[in-house]
Amino acid sequence: MNDMTLMDNTVDTQNIKIAAKDVNVFYGDTHAIKDVNVEIEDNTVTAFIGPSGCGKSTFLRCLNRMNDTIGTCKVTGDILLDGEDIYDKRVDPVQLRAKVGMVFQKPNPFPKSIYDNVAYGPRIHGLARNKAELDEIVEKSLRRGAIWDEVKDRLDAPGTGLSGGQQQRLCIARAVATEPEVLLMDEPCSALDPIATAQVEELIDELRASYSVVIVTHSMQQAARVSQKTAFFHLGNLVEFGPTGQIFTNPEDPRTESYITGRIG
Amino acid sequence: MTDLSQSPAGAAPRKHGGSLLQQTPRTRKRNAAEARFRGYGIAAITAGLVMLLVLVTTIVSKGTGAFQQTFVTLNVELLESKLDKKGNRNIEDIKKVTTFGYAPIIKGAMEATVEELGIETSLKAKELAGVLSKDVAAQLRDYVIANPDQIGQTVEFRFLASSRVDGYLKGRVTRDSIVNDKNISAEQLDLVDALAAAGVLEKTFNLDFITGADASDARPEAAGIGVSMLGSLFMMFVVLALALPIGVAASIYLEEFAPQNWLTDMIEVNISNLAAVPSIVFGILGLAVFINYMHLPTSAPLVGGLVLTLMTLPTIIISTRASLKSVPPSIRDAALGVGASKMQAVFHHVLPLAAPGILTGTIIGLAQALGETAPLLLIGMVGFIASNAPETIADGLLAPNSAMPAQIYEWAKRADPAFYERAWGGIIILLLFLVTMNTLAVILRRRFERRW
Repeated sequence: MNDMTLMDNTVDTQNIKIAAKDVNVFYGDTHAIKDVNVEIEDNTVTAFIGPSGCGKSTFLRCLNRMNDTIGTCKVTGDILLDGEDIYDKRVDPVQLRAKVGMVFQKPNPFPKSIYDNVAYGPRIHGLARNKAELDEIVEKSLRRGAIWDEVKDRLDAPGTGLSGGQQQRLCIARAVATEPEVLLMDEPCSALDPIATAQVEELIDELRASYSVVIVTHSMQQAARVSQKTAFFHLGNLVEFGPTGQIFTNPEDPRTESYITGRIG
Repeated sequence: MTDLSQSPAGAAPRKHGGSLLQQTPRTRKRNAAEARFRGYGIAAITAGLVMLLVLVTTIVSKGTGAFQQTFVTLNVELLESKLDKKGNRNIEDIKKVTTFGYAPIIKGAMEATVEELGIETSLKAKELAGVLSKDVAAQLRDYVIANPDQIGQTVEFRFLASSRVDGYLKGRVTRDSIVNDKNISAEQLDLVDALAAAGVLEKTFNLDFITGADASDARPEAAGIGVSMLGSLFMMFVVLALALPIGVAASIYLEEFAPQNWLTDMIEVNISNLAAVPSIVFGILGLAVFINYMHLPTSAPLVGGLVLTLMTLPTIIISTRASLKSVPPSIRDAALGVGASKMQAVFHHVLPLAAPGILTGTIIGLAQALGETAPLLLIGMVGFIASNAPETIADGLLAPNSAMPAQIYEWAKRADPAFYERAWGGIIILLLFLVTMNTLAVILRRRFERRW
C-alpha cells in the first residue's frame, strides 16, 4: 500500500446533488441494502468501495432506478435528486435516466456504428433538431469521452470493433451525450488493462467539472486516485463515508481499516 | 497473514510418478474409451448419411418419372358434322356437344394416322384410340370451345398417351404384366412400338405435372400437383401473415414485459406443451371452431392456414423467446441507461439482434406447416379436388383446394401404380420447396448477421 499516492483532494463545500435517506433494498427475502444514508455532492467524484456482494452496485443502480427492471427488487426510503424524490410515483424512470447517466462494468456499445452509438440517446430524447445539430452533439460527446481523435475518421465503423478501453470511453461519450447531471459508473475499469484504465481515470477527473460522478470500484487505489469522497460498504451497510483522504489515512471504523489494509474482503 | 511463498514446513517429498514415456494402465483405459466413443460417433453419422443417401436415391429414382410423360402428336380434323351440326358457330350449341361426341373424331384421327404411317394392325378404331388418354376428349373440347373458328380445319395436337402406354415406355408396364390387363393388349403395345418408331409417340418433359390439377382415378396421366401447390402457398401466406406477428408479439411480451408470476409460468409451460401436441388435434379443433362454429368454407386454404397457424405458433414463440433470451442483457442495460423506454430498448436494440433467430424459427415453423397432412384431413383439404387454378386471391383463399402433402397422400392411396409415381414426383417438389425455404433461412441469417 505504500506505492499508493493519495491525491491532495480538496473538497469544496458544494451543493448536495443526491441525498439518500434510510434506503433499504430487498431482493425477495434478501436484505441487500440496510438503512443507507449518504449525500452525494455536485462536481465531485464519489467512490463506493467494499468487498464483493456488499451492495455497492445495488445501491448505485438505485440512483437511476435500473433496479426497476428486476421484478423481485424492492426499494424503500427516499432518494432525492435536487430535492425531488426519484421514487415518487410521478417520476418516469426514462426521464430520470436521461438526467442520471450510467456506464457499466463491461463496455457495452450497441452493435452499431460509433456515430449511432452516441447519437442514439440524443435522438430518442429529441435533443437535436437536425443532422447538423446531432453531428455537433456527437462530436462534443466524443471529445468529452476523450476518444474523438481516435475515431473521428471512422464514425461509421462499428462500435464493437474498438478496443476495450476505446469501447468504454465510447460508452462514457454515449452516456454524456444526453446531457446528464449525474454520471454513475459501475466498475468502469474492471475489464480494462492498466493503460486504458489510466485513460479512463483521467477522463473521470475531467468529467468532474461538469457532472457529479459516482463510481463503484474494487480497486482501492483507483478510489484513492480519482475520488474526493469515499463510501465504504460492508454487508449492505454503509460503514463509513467521508473525504477520501480521511478514509484512507485515518478511518474511524475498524472494519474500514481492515478492508483498506487488506485484512478483509 | 501467512506468507504463502514459503513452502510449508515438514511437507513430505513428492513421490516419483514413473516415466512420462510409458502410459499407465489407467491412461490406456481412458484413451481406449475415448477412441471407442469416437468410433460410435463416426458409425452413427455414417449410418445417418447412408440412410439419407438411400432416401434421396429412392425418391429421385421413383419420382423423376412423373416429370416425363408420353405424348402422341396427331393431326385432327375437327369435323363440322360432329361438332356444329347447324353450322352457325353458336357457342352455346357447340358447348352442347359432350366429350362423348368427340370420340369419333379422335378415333378418326388415330385411324388416319395409322393409315398414313402405313402401320399394319388388326385393331379396331376404338382400340386404336385406347392408347390415348381418356383426358384427350376433354382437351379437344376445351380447344374447340376456345377456338370455334377452327371447326372444319385440321389441327395438330399433342395428346397424352394413356397411363399404360406411358408405363410401357417407362418400363413400369411390360408385356408380361398386361396379360390380365383389360386396359391394354399386346396388339396395342405393338402399335405403340410402331408409333414410337415413327416419331409420333414420344416421351417428353411434362410441364402439366407441375402446373396442372388433380385428375380422376382413370386418368393418372393427366394429374398434376400445380393447383394443390397453389393451395399450399395460400395456406403459407395465411400462416406467415398471422403466426409471425402474433408469435413475435406474444414472445416479446412474455420475455420482456410480462411480470414473473404463476400465471406467466403457466402460460410458458402450456406453450411448450402445445408444441408437442399432435397436429391432428389442431385439425379437429379447426373443424370444431372454424368450420362448425364459425361456418368458414370446408376445404378452403383459409381454414387450413388458420389451423396451421395454431400449430406453428408455439414453434415460433419458443424460437423467438430463445433468440430474445440470447441477446446479452448488457445491451438492454445500455439502452435503458441512456434513457430509452423499455419498448425502445426492445424494438431498437433487442429485436434487431434477435431477428436472425426469429427468422430461422419462423421458416422452420413454416416448413413444418408446409409438410403437415393430418390436420388437413379433418378440415376436408384432402380428397379428390380437381379444381382449376384460382383466378383471384379471394378465390385462392376460399375455394376448395388441396395442399401438396395431402395431394401426395391422396395419390399414394390410389390403386393405379401410375399414381404412385406421381406421389414420388410430388415428394420431390415438396422437398424442393423445403430445401429452398431452408436455403432462404440460411441466406437471410447470413445477411442479418453481417450487419452487426
